[in-house]
Amino acid sequence: MAVAGLFLMLFLVFHLATNLLMLAGDGGKAFANAVRFLTENPAVKAMEYILFAGFLVHIALGVILQVHNYRSRPVRYHKRLQTETSQFSRYMIHTGVIILVFLVIHLLNFFFIRLGWVALPDHAESRHDFFSMAVVLFQNPWYSLIYIVSFVFLGFHLKHAFQSAFQSLGLNHTRYTPAIKVIGTIYALAISIGFSLIPLYFLFIY
Amino acid sequence: MDFKLKIWRQKNAQAKGSFRTYPVSDVSPEMSFLEMIDYLNKQIIESGGEPITFEQDCREGICGSCGLYINGRPHGPMRRTTTCELHMREFSDGETIVIEPWRSKAFPVIKDLVVDRSSFERVMHAGGFISVDTGSAAEANSLPVSKHNSDKAFDAAACIGCGACVAACKNSSAVLFAAAKIAQYALIPQGKAEAKERVDRMVKQMDTEGFGYCSNTYGCEFDCPKGISVDFIALMNREFFSSKLCKQIPGKYTRKV
Amino acid sequence: MQKLDSKIPDGPLADKWKNYKAGLRLVSPANKKKIEIIVVGTGLAGSAAASSLGELGYKVKVFCFQDSPRRAHSVAAQGGINAAKNYRNDNDSVYRLFHDMIKGGDYRAREANVYRAAEVSNDVIDHFTALGVPFARDYGGTLDTRSFGGVQVSRTFYAKGQTGQQCLLGTYSSLNRQIAKGTVKMYPRRDMLDIVIIDGKTRGIITRNLLTGEIERHSAHAVVLATGGYGTVFYLSTLGLGSNASAAWSAFKKGAFFANPSFIQIHPTSIPVLNDYQCKLTLMSESLRNDGRVWVPKQKGDKRHPVEIPEDERDYYLERRYPAFGNLVPRDVASRAAKERCDAGYGVGDTGLSVYLDFKDAIAKQGEDKIRDKYGNLFEMYEKITGINPYRQPMRIYPAGHYTMGGLWVDYNLMTTIPGLFAIGESNFSDHGANRLGASSLMQCCGDGYFILPNTISDYLADDIRTGKIPEEDKEFEKAEKNVSDRIKRIMSVKGKQTASSFHKRLGKIMWDHCGMRRDAEGLKKGMELLKELEKEFWSDICIPGSDRELNQELEKALKVADFFEVGRLMCEDALQREESCGAHFREEHQTETGEAKRDDSKFAFVGAWEFQGQDARPKLHREELEFKYVELKERSYK
Repeated sequence: MAVAGLFLMLFLVFHLATNLLMLAGDGGKAFANAVRFLTENPAVKAMEYILFAGFLVHIALGVILQVHNYRSRPVRYHKRLQTETSQFSRYMIHTGVIILVFLVIHLLNFFFIRLGWVALPDHAESRHDFFSMAVVLFQNPWYSLIYIVSFVFLGFHLKHAFQSAFQSLGLNHTRYTPAIKVIGTIYALAISIGFSLIPLYFLFIY
Repeated sequence: MDFKLKIWRQKNAQAKGSFRTYPVSDVSPEMSFLEMIDYLNKQIIESGGEPITFEQDCREGICGSCGLYINGRPHGPMRRTTTCELHMREFSDGETIVIEPWRSKAFPVIKDLVVDRSSFERVMHAGGFISVDTGSAAEANSLPVSKHNSDKAFDAAACIGCGACVAACKNSSAVLFAAAKIAQYALIPQGKAEAKERVDRMVKQMDTEGFGYCSNTYGCEFDCPKGISVDFIALMNREFFSSKLCKQIPGKYTRKV
Repeated sequence: MQKLDSKIPDGPLADKWKNYKAGLRLVSPANKKKIEIIVVGTGLAGSAAASSLGELGYKVKVFCFQDSPRRAHSVAAQGGINAAKNYRNDNDSVYRLFHDMIKGGDYRAREANVYRAAEVSNDVIDHFTALGVPFARDYGGTLDTRSFGGVQVSRTFYAKGQTGQQCLLGTYSSLNRQIAKGTVKMYPRRDMLDIVIIDGKTRGIITRNLLTGEIERHSAHAVVLATGGYGTVFYLSTLGLGSNASAAWSAFKKGAFFANPSFIQIHPTSIPVLNDYQCKLTLMSESLRNDGRVWVPKQKGDKRHPVEIPEDERDYYLERRYPAFGNLVPRDVASRAAKERCDAGYGVGDTGLSVYLDFKDAIAKQGEDKIRDKYGNLFEMYEKITGINPYRQPMRIYPAGHYTMGGLWVDYNLMTTIPGLFAIGESNFSDHGANRLGASSLMQCCGDGYFILPNTISDYLADDIRTGKIPEEDKEFEKAEKNVSDRIKRIMSVKGKQTASSFHKRLGKIMWDHCGMRRDAEGLKKGMELLKELEKEFWSDICIPGSDRELNQELEKALKVADFFEVGRLMCEDALQREESCGAHFREEHQTETGEAKRDDSKFAFVGAWEFQGQDARPKLHREELEFKYVELKERSYK
């Protein structure tokens, strides 16, 4: 869980870095270059499968964990638990499901098109012209809203996930753990704000 | 003070239980929570009813017998407090207090508010010890132990085995309980020799008993009456991974001829 | 008449145990597998004994009334555990520890037993350290020690204020190891209600399964009682609420002698009764008297808030009466002095049954931080229970029943007068005389369980290698089971109106008033009468709801209370017989002009061992004369 999670977190950083190239103001040239490099590099191609596996493992473990944990308390409390817990930690499955739903929409829009599983929108110039697709999609305020809301939830998910992964792996130290917690918060904020900047850019600035 | 108590009543392990509401009046704020139930029980018995069954013994917060889920919190609203140390002055007059037993698959209800915590015992049997026979110990001071580690081991060993960690965990996981023991021994040289086998066996037993998995919500630490830190869980995880990664294959040390 | 043979070996004191042990018989490993031993109780003594016997290869069955062996009341011991390690180079030695214990016990303990307890104390510390018990350590990694009441050396090993808990978890861990190995079988949630004697030897016990109510038979070649003390006879005590005398009492009724039942330690510093429904008194460590000053108002019935009472209207009575020791007089003296002030009407609080323990001066002199450093956890505990901040106003304290020095009479082998029935830890009488020194109870329990009993019991069992399994179908088992069932039937059929706890509370009051800190012949006789009356009322008006075939806590309580009436009577009987004041036993008739205890060594330097003579007959007293060859009998003075 933690290993897959950390791997996905690393992926998010690369993903964000690539996406932010869209904001370069060069009509998507830098971004297109990056996309071309990524789609043509065989090593990245291989990583794609590993990434897929990472997602599947993370989701599968998340579901198993949830089901097992639900079953380990067959009779629930009448009065809801009032115990204070780590922020957002109680809602990992809920935020996780929201992110999964988003992921499906996201893949429908982009990835499956590339595979040819889903028909290409009429106005796209080529199968790899993600930039124009982004322009089209994000100028729809509803799509942008869904996108931003999803990333807010991803932020909540990550806020707990980052330090939790270290805890699960036993990487804990009185000296460094507080720093990990701060870094985790910064990371969660950076990812959710960073990704949210893109639709905002296309909505209001582009 | 007057209260309305909503208490879980269950005749035995097989019976289907339900809540019953008892009004209780003229409670002194000086009474402990369990004394308040004693007081209610006396009235129930004298009016021909069956008293509420609950576990208790030392009444000073060290034996770990007592444990009620009070208004959504194991051991009630005060932190670092067992049920027997909780006093009625912490509640407001006229309040409705909901009292439930610990809820977990691994802690089935026996009667009313009494649960069976023998799953904890079996986790301990699996490895909660250092294998040393009586009489085989070396002179106590022949093995120096760093004060820091020794103090930390003490903090872990403060666990009273009440089960509040399981009750407070949304997953009803017992890792804080197991980790406290594993950490106590992993931190001192005496426990190192069998540390890998210990963590392996105890974690396996914990899963067998039907406790949930840890998802790091840290509710256990919040409601542990002895304030045992989740840092020990991380330490247990570290021990666990190193035991898995460095597992030796038995019988591979004799060179074939 | 049975002759009391203490079996104390000859030879010089320091060599007695060594030589005696060398001569004890053994049981071969192959034969050990065929021999079963029952251990009742899982406190320090019980779980230590059970695990050691398991390690030796015996088949051990262990019983406790709690849901887990870890909850036995040894867990509540706070201060520490003594050992004669001399780690501080303060000239401590086995002899000095022995001497301190004999003197602290006011010369009413057996020299040979006490010396042996001191001798094995060092092994106990070694073993606990190996078991991973987190005793306090110094920066160099070695074990730390502290000093304790009544001695001049620093020999007490400790783990903060939870030494009992940490030691118990140590013995519990060694027990768990044997349970996992299968040499020990654990039977939790069982009350032992009778012992079974076949052909003069103890061969088993009868228990009640507390979950199902089933009466069970368990056979073995020998039975070890590690069932603790009977301090809950006072109802309000520092003990756990489940602590009881029933196991030891059933042994007494089957012929085991009960020694010095009136020797019961009253601890001076416990949190007083705060409400009418209180059933437990929480101990505040003795160490508080190092910095706290004890006082009451000079004016009778002064209801002012303590901080409003000016200095010159306070009576620091311990400092006044005992200028040499002041607030640090031993437990028995401090307890009696507090009672004297309260009885005279100077007590404080709503009930008038408490005195102040004031840290005002200590805080002014040393600063609040320093005091917090030393006693932080105790102050916190006090505030949790009373809601009063002891940094701002004085604590209120009062004496409470704590530890029973008396118990089943045992010989040097720790065997009672019934062959095959052993008693260890607080349940026997042997090591503390008339008063116990702080931190020596843990030491004795662990010594008995780990290092003494396993040797002596093997000697006894050497005769049993050909016996084979003891059949549980034997008619003696049947008889004992029937006795127990009949008693339960009888108590269930009363169907009266009063609860077991309310009887227990009244019983406790009688004991506290008539056989408590200060006793006199008239009061003791009156106490016995009152006990008889109350017992009669009990058997005609006890109310036990529900059935005996289920988890029934009221039945459990009632059975324990029923025994306490009889225990109480024996305590009074013994206190009446002992026409002297010694240690915790204080007779009004025997005091010096200044109100101090007056011992009578010429007449009472003996162990009073009582033999059961039938339900309504008076028990019979046997005397085991105590010989003191290695210490000189002196008067204790703290003026």
